[in-house]
Amino acid sequence: MKKIFWIVTLLLFQATFVFAKLIQVGIKQSIKTITAAVKLSETGDTILVGFNTYHENNLIINKSIVILGLDYPILDGERKFENVSITADNVVFSGFKVINSGISSMTDFAGIKICNRRCVTITNNILTDCFFGIYSQQSTNCIIKDNRLVAHQLQEQQSGNGIHCWKSDSLQIIGNNVSGHRDGIYFEFVTNSLIWKNISTKNMRYGLHFMFSNSDTYTNNVFENNGAGVAVMFSNHVKMYHNYFRENWGDASYGILLKEISDSYIDGNTFERNTSGIFMEGASRIEMYKNTFKGNGWGLKIQASCMDIKLMNNNFTGNTFDVGTNGSLSLNLFDHNYWDKYDGYDLNKNGIGDIPYRPVSMYSMIVEKYPPAMMLFRSLITTLLDKSEKVMPSLTPENLKDNHPLMKPLKL
Amino acid sequence: MKKIVKYILLDILRNKIILAYTAILFVVTFSVFSLEDNSQKGMLTLLNLVLFIVPLVSIIFSTIYIYNSSEFIELLVSQPLRRKSIWLSLFIGISGALSLAFIIGAGVPLLIYNHSVTAFMMVANGILISVIFAAIAMVAAVSTRDKAKGIGWAILLWLYFSLVFDGLILFLLFQFSDYPLEKIMIFVSALNPIDLGRILILLKMDVSALMGYTGAVFKEFYGTQLGLIISFSVMLLWVIIPLLYSLRIFNRKDL
Amino acid sequence: MIEANNLNKSFGKLKALNNVSITTGAGQSIALIGPNGCGKTTFIKSILGMVVPDSGTIKIKNQNIKANWAYRSLIGYMPQIGRYPDNMKIGQVIDMLTDIRQNTIAIDEDLINAFSLKKLYNKRMGTLSGGTMQKVSASIAFLFKPEILILDEPTAGLDPISSEALKEKIQAEKQNGKLFLITSHILSELDELSTHIVYMQDGTIMLYKTMEELKSTTGENRLSRAIAHLMAKTAQ
Repeated sequence: MKKIFWIVTLLLFQATFVFAKLIQVGIKQSIKTITAAVKLSETGDTILVGFNTYHENNLIINKSIVILGLDYPILDGERKFENVSITADNVVFSGFKVINSGISSMTDFAGIKICNRRCVTITNNILTDCFFGIYSQQSTNCIIKDNRLVAHQLQEQQSGNGIHCWKSDSLQIIGNNVSGHRDGIYFEFVTNSLIWKNISTKNMRYGLHFMFSNSDTYTNNVFENNGAGVAVMFSNHVKMYHNYFRENWGDASYGILLKEISDSYIDGNTFERNTSGIFMEGASRIEMYKNTFKGNGWGLKIQASCMDIKLMNNNFTGNTFDVGTNGSLSLNLFDHNYWDKYDGYDLNKNGIGDIPYRPVSMYSMIVEKYPPAMMLFRSLITTLLDKSEKVMPSLTPENLKDNHPLMKPLKL
Repeated sequence: MKKIVKYILLDILRNKIILAYTAILFVVTFSVFSLEDNSQKGMLTLLNLVLFIVPLVSIIFSTIYIYNSSEFIELLVSQPLRRKSIWLSLFIGISGALSLAFIIGAGVPLLIYNHSVTAFMMVANGILISVIFAAIAMVAAVSTRDKAKGIGWAILLWLYFSLVFDGLILFLLFQFSDYPLEKIMIFVSALNPIDLGRILILLKMDVSALMGYTGAVFKEFYGTQLGLIISFSVMLLWVIIPLLYSLRIFNRKDL
Repeated sequence: MIEANNLNKSFGKLKALNNVSITTGAGQSIALIGPNGCGKTTFIKSILGMVVPDSGTIKIKNQNIKANWAYRSLIGYMPQIGRYPDNMKIGQVIDMLTDIRQNTIAIDEDLINAFSLKKLYNKRMGTLSGGTMQKVSASIAFLFKPEILILDEPTAGLDPISSEALKEKIQAEKQNGKLFLITSHILSELDELSTHIVYMQDGTIMLYKTMEELKSTTGENRLSRAIAHLMAKTAQ
């Protein structure tokens, strides 16, 4: 029995030694181009590419091989081609500097594109000035990890998305750094995927653009200073944990724009210095715990079309308006949050204020209804109106209140 | 005229209220900037100062000063002087002293901590509002002989510009909410120097992003060079019209 | 020098001046008397241009004073209550007025010396007593050697010595041919200072006579008696 085991093991080892070979590409090697190397290779082979600038036009990887770059060899698309197209399963592509892909309004040229494949791994690449960065189309179980994507286009139509995923499943987008693209990370019809530890900054439109994508999780990402923040729309079962939404400041900027989202979780995130921390429209059954809203114009804008939103144990500090809404009805629950504007008292010293806090100010209601009233922003009358409304609520939704406001901020 | 201005300034600049006003502005501005960790917040506090305290102090101080000077004005009138030059000297003296108090009290510490366009805008508006409310005080003080009544009028005028006017705007907005009022509001804002000043300053600040579409419409107008020229001209009109009106009354007034 | 024609002025229902006409000349010293509210002050203020009459004209040295301001360089005025900006010093007030007048003639410092104001030059107006303030007002009135002097209650609030000094100054200037217009409630002092008497009541001039005429018609030797006599007559 034991013998048979050893023989089988040996045979297996032999098999790998026999079939997998290493192909080297570089100036000093006999093979000068990657295209030639791919042609020579067979499934399971590894191609090792030395440093050089390669003009491969459109490099097509149509075999299940591993391609590794040493010292970031450059793949130049000369602004005409798609640099790399992966059309086989189980490809590993790593360690390249991919620059200057073609730009077109007809075709979605990308730095690295995965078409209709499974188990492709793209790691540790640098993509500079590509139209689309890494493009995943109808792919499954792919890993996109530790890539750096930078673009310098000035116009939205001249720039594609950084990491663009369409009709894919079970992707892992981890530790990437995207800036200067149209949308940093773009998800459309992508399911069961993970977005983790990415940094998306200074993109022209959204840091993360997320549509029709269910059962995804994004966690520990930083979205900072993007044109319009982050948009999460028409999706359900999305989990958003411990992300930072910062400095998305502008006329139509949001920390997150949530539109038609249901059955989702927003926990432990930080929203800092955004025009609106969260703008929520048509959202339902969302649980929000332990988030920090700090220094935003509006902490949370929750339209009357939202229902069953649970907002508990969050910190609201230094926001111009804590909560804004446009209707007089609220079907949401606000409880046990900390509001720095709360001026009630706590007689029994249990850390919970004895009178409810109404986070919607009268002026923010007026502005919702009569936008030109914004010309009175920061005037004496608005302050007085808010004060009088606190004494005798009339315009703000009766049940939009926190019955157990915390006296001290939570340590989050 | 220069001589009278000189002596009036000499008098006002030693006035205890003006000195206290300068000191308070100075202390508040300094502490606002050294206590607040970000200067944006400091600017917002200062905005309130410019919009509430400056007009209030300006109008009440000016009114009281003019009433207290009534015998002195009589003395001047008995001298070979034009009434016009007496009145204008009085105005220049008062508004000059108030502006100086604002510049030293708020302007200098502000510009030390923050030399952005916003800060310059703030200082410019603070000076203009000081001068405008001195001019409005001239009207209040010349219109009635009774000091108590005059001060009452001054307070009412301040209340009107800082509160009642805005209330009327809200009322108008409620009544005509079906119409697009943004453009009209640009015109309406010119009817109140405090509103105009506030909008001009806010548009230079980050918080203007919160003003949404209305803010965008305002920015489109006031953000241009022409809009800026127009708005400052309007501010100047707010000095000139009350001043000329009060001068007209003073010229015919029996002392 | 002063020529008033049909002056009328009302404050609301009150007629302060009712067809007042008067002509005065150099060297006269006119005592303007009458009960409170008779229009004395309004008349003085009309001459100074502080009150604008509803109708009628005032000519000074043959020029109409309406919409004119330069004529005031001919007038020295001492108000009943002088008040000056609290934080100005006496010296500064005098400097300022000198600046305004741009007088080429040397200024008349007799009263300043008589009241020994120079050592108070550094005092602020706000700290002065009523009497000192009056001294300042009096000194200012005479400062530029005006041809016409209008003194409203000149000795009220002055101590006897200063009061005497002022009266001496008036006498001296009278000799120099200046025209005086003095109101006072102290008739005895007017007795010595005046050459003419104007008695006003309810906005009209009831009487305009030289002192001698008045005394001879009433047969009284003292002004106070003469006036009492007169008032008794008008009351009838």
